[in-house]
Amino acid sequence: MSKKQKGQTRVCVYPDWCKGCGLCVAFCPAKVLVLNPFGKAEVANEDECINCGFCELHCPDFAIAIKPRTRNGASQPDPRSGWSDPESEHGRASPPEPTPEPNPNPEE
Amino acid sequence: MADVTQLIHDYLRHNKKFPHVFCAGCGHGIVLGSLIRSVHALGLPKDDVVLVAGIGCSGRMAVYVDFNTVHTTHGRALTFATGIKMANPKLKVICVMGDGDAMSIGGNHLIHAARRNIGVTALILNNQIYGMTGGQCSSATPQGDISMTTPFGSLEKAFDIVEMCKAAGASYVARGTSFHAIQLDRLISSAIMHPGFSVVEVFSPCPTQYGRKNKFRNAVDMYKWLKANTVKVETLKEPDQKPADGRIPIGVFRDVEEPGLEERYFELQRKLMGQNR
Repeated sequence: MSKKQKGQTRVCVYPDWCKGCGLCVAFCPAKVLVLNPFGKAEVANEDECINCGFCELHCPDFAIAIKPRTRNGASQPDPRSGWSDPESEHGRASPPEPTPEPNPNPEE
Repeated sequence: MADVTQLIHDYLRHNKKFPHVFCAGCGHGIVLGSLIRSVHALGLPKDDVVLVAGIGCSGRMAVYVDFNTVHTTHGRALTFATGIKMANPKLKVICVMGDGDAMSIGGNHLIHAARRNIGVTALILNNQIYGMTGGQCSSATPQGDISMTTPFGSLEKAFDIVEMCKAAGASYVARGTSFHAIQLDRLISSAIMHPGFSVVEVFSPCPTQYGRKNKFRNAVDMYKWLKANTVKVETLKEPDQKPADGRIPIGVFRDVEEPGLEERYFELQRKLMGQNR
């Protein structure tokens, strides 16, 4: 069995949809997530993530997404903006669906 | 593992109110995700899937997902599903019911749908209590457990949904839990593709109404209990016997190929039309 690669992923928690049930925090094998003082899940040590996918499969509120890390090493997005682009037409209240692959060469 | 959540969002109705109505830690959300992943894995178009739901917490599921959906009266979800399947057998009809919906109010419809072997997938989300109406004891509440209407413990035995559906003649019977999500994906996929009546019972914890009265401190405790107290039926030496240690067997209990009612009906129709010619 090959060794699990750490640090390959970006864990995104969408705070507006998280209800703070704590399933992801309790069952994460690498202890990546914690509950913050507001009772929502938050990414604490993303570099430990082994990409098992438990949190993504078991989040009852579809609030967690695990994405491959981008080449320039970007990791945790600003939690206030959700995970979608804040300037997208849906903005903050309506989430992740309209996030296509970020275009590396935006047109002028 | 990327794109799993992205995929689920492609199937949700984002004009509905989100986050959804289920309590924090409720297993119904996990089952909803599993159902969406199964349909996506089978490559079914959204228009070919009909989701029929009854009343209760599980009935809210039909609101959020972008298939053809019907939110029906209490306990009668299977009768609506039977009508839809007979009218248009090309549709994949999935019927989502709770334990009260399927076993108590619609118990008769369940056994007769199993007897007819109509090609409908019944997904029974068993949270062992009437969650939405305030936590009354249901027919799936285990004996001795506390609910709002049984403050000293339930005196009645719980229904074993798997045994009952097997006895009534369903051709595919399986049990999963919302903790074992990957297995649940497999069970729901094979249930949808099965030609006859298929039943999948899903244990889905209710932390708000059931858990806090029965010494589960939070939702996580309930999922830990599910993890510790279930056993795969393939690993049992005697699959027909209940395990002596009281653990709940999960997996596929019956899988036989039998033509569904709609197939027999159309065969008869073809035969009679041939005679008249």
